Amino acid sequence: MPQGQLTGTRIRERRIMQGMRQAELAQKAGISASYLNLIEHNRRRIGGKLLLSLAEVLGVEPSILSEGAEAAMLATLGEARAADPSTAPVEETPEAFAGRYPGWAELLTRRHRRVLELERTVETLTDRLTHDPYLAAALHEVISTVTAIRSTAGILADTPELEPEWRDRFHRNVNEDAARLAESAQALVSYLDEGAEEQGGLASPQEELEAFLKDANYHFAQLENGKRSEVETILQGADVLQSVAGRGFARSYLERYIEDGRDMPLDQVLACVREYGPDPSSVAQIFGVSLSRAMRRMAELPAADGIPAIGLVSCDASGTLIFRKAIEGFALPRFGAACPKWPLFQALSRPMVPIRQVVEQDPRGEAAFVAYAISEPATPPRFGEDPLFHAHMLIVSQAPGARRAERAVPLGVSCRICPLQDCAGRREPSILTDGF
Amino acid sequence: MGKHVLVIEDEPNIIEAISFILSRDGWTVATHSNGHDAVDVVRDKSPDLVILDVMLPGKSGYDILTELREGEATRDLPVLMLTARGQSKDRDLAERIGASRFMTKPFSNAEVLEALRELVPQ
Repeated sequence: MPQGQLTGTRIRERRIMQGMRQAELAQKAGISASYLNLIEHNRRRIGGKLLLSLAEVLGVEPSILSEGAEAAMLATLGEARAADPSTAPVEETPEAFAGRYPGWAELLTRRHRRVLELERTVETLTDRLTHDPYLAAALHEVISTVTAIRSTAGILADTPELEPEWRDRFHRNVNEDAARLAESAQALVSYLDEGAEEQGGLASPQEELEAFLKDANYHFAQLENGKRSEVETILQGADVLQSVAGRGFARSYLERYIEDGRDMPLDQVLACVREYGPDPSSVAQIFGVSLSRAMRRMAELPAADGIPAIGLVSCDASGTLIFRKAIEGFALPRFGAACPKWPLFQALSRPMVPIRQVVEQDPRGEAAFVAYAISEPATPPRFGEDPLFHAHMLIVSQAPGARRAERAVPLGVSCRICPLQDCAGRREPSILTDGF
Repeated sequence: MGKHVLVIEDEPNIIEAISFILSRDGWTVATHSNGHDAVDVVRDKSPDLVILDVMLPGKSGYDILTELREGEATRDLPVLMLTARGQSKDRDLAERIGASRFMTKPFSNAEVLEALRELVPQ
């Protein structure tokens, strides 16, 4: 180990400088000459009491022998002790502690350094929250509006004989403030989302792929002619793909895109959707492909007349979202688990059974969607091996006015920000309402 | 005539709600919505109590309070400060420069009334 090697060599150098024989130093330190030999040749770890004894015999400070990585560790241990004055005084020196329990000392050192790192991160984020002028203004706006609503609602609730003109006025104020609050909250969420992305929020290759696809609006016109050479050109121009793994994911996606385009030519798919509606089973049947491929192809369509907005979300058998194409009005969680009531997850429990459901995320809004979900094997069939399933859900925006044709099932985004009450699927309380 | 309270706040619907509940509680309410000339308005109106928002256009509530505490006539004027920030350092700052009371938004109407009655017994 580096620390041990350094220390052993230093002990040997000091002993030779003083003209002391190995046997003499070993005897004075109370160890055998052969053991000292192993130490000096860095084949045994040394610390604590023995280090102190050898330093005493050699007439040097222990830190001179343990300087370097060990010294840094001892300094960190000292800092860790000093950083927590509330604990009972520790009699033992860091050297003695490290000598007696080298593994624990290393662990404590690493933990303490990690704590310091995290404290710095917290400071940075706190600093941002405190000094970011936009954030401060946006939060102030939200709090002010909430204050106005609370105060006005209090008057409406607590004043039984409120004159009609006052009542109407306060109702109007609450309505105005509620609209303003919704707007402010939405702006704040967008700002925080953008901020997370700008500040290195692309923490994983999967997120790099998502950002890459989002930049291209999930459509690559250059690949519609089936030219594989275009893949590298596209990848070269994609700054958002920073990691090797991210580029690998993107390359696989684009190659699959070419295959999808070859089997389901763009103009024909557009014609199919226009004629039969945005139903993936029609596309799958006409082009002889699986439902999941039909869904993926439909999510790759460019904006065009007669083509509604189409989103797509996929998950693996654990329920983890592995692909997200968001659609306006149907939010997908960026972190954490999604709403368990999504047809996507129902599909996981009913493999190969197509599920169609009209859904909505905001019962007060006008937006409703048709969700098509299917769970299909993600691995080729092999005897003696259970297939792994992936589920896919196509989210198709309903035309305005179509909302009343079928009752929409209310869904959430994720429990944490879901206002639905009495939901059997709730995992945790919502920050918006007490849903339990 | 009830005691006079001056509400210095820039959010119109908060002003309206506070004015309503204070009037119903017997206070005579005047309002003002910017920081520029807030100190002059306080001196001019000589209220029995001021409700002062921290974040105001033109001048912050802290600066206004500091100026009020420097003036002979307003040195002991009861001032209830309202802020959207409930951090202890904001509270400490408000107390240090002489706020009689500090209240974090959002507050309930009952809290405001209780605070006012304590500061200026009717």
